[in-house]
Amino acid sequence: MSINITSTPMRLTIALSGEIDHHNAAALRLEADDAIQSSLASNIRIDFGDVTFMDSSGIGFVLGRYRIAESCGANVEVINLSGRLYTMMKLAGLEKLVTLKTK
Amino acid sequence: MKPVNTIKLELESRSVNESFARATVAAFAAQLDPNVEEISDIKTAVSEAVTNCIVHAYPDCVGKIYIYAAIYENGKFKVKIKDKGKGIEDVEKAMEPLYTTLGGERAGLGFAVMESFCDKIKVKSKPGKGTTVTLEKIFSGRSATDDRS
Repeated sequence: MSINITSTPMRLTIALSGEIDHHNAAALRLEADDAIQSSLASNIRIDFGDVTFMDSSGIGFVLGRYRIAESCGANVEVINLSGRLYTMMKLAGLEKLVTLKTK
Repeated sequence: MKPVNTIKLELESRSVNESFARATVAAFAAQLDPNVEEISDIKTAVSEAVTNCIVHAYPDCVGKIYIYAAIYENGKFKVKIKDKGKGIEDVEKAMEPLYTTLGGERAGLGFAVMESFCDKIKVKSKPGKGTTVTLEKIFSGRSATDDRS
């Protein structure tokens, strides 16, 4: 599991890779929140392209980042979702809060 | 019906064991020749059940999690995840999507995910005694009738 954060003035990109579960979501969260809170970008993009496994902790991760981004006035886009992850996020109703894009 | 093969695992409720638990159960289920989707289904469901034991059953201590998995002749796979933790007061309520007693980063979707990725789920719980979640899934691959002595 790893996280790679890159930013431009308009966009902060958080690229996740590996397995996301309850155990490793905690570390991802700290790093992502630091970046979101110190960024002035209006668009937060979370890239799931290299995520090999995710349980509902991944949904919690997106929800939590959405709440923080929203309080900073930014919108959230979740990209490169596999069919499976897209289905899980839809099951959680995330498409009402963030933009979901499949691979 | 008697299973053709079984395993038993006992692990401590440390979050670092979540990946070990799902990977081990998935490796055992591989004997049923599942496809990639089916393996992901089992991994995800087991991950949810084990996470529940860690965050809900034993919130302030490290307890034991017992996993029992069985393979049946017709491609049926059964996993039991048991704890001796604090139990669930209202199982029906706990299984409602988005319901969570923890808030914060927990989405309240553990049971909803288990339900959507398995064919059958049974939850037995007694406050103060513990919880047993039984997951069942029928795999579409070859059935486990061949010789496996």
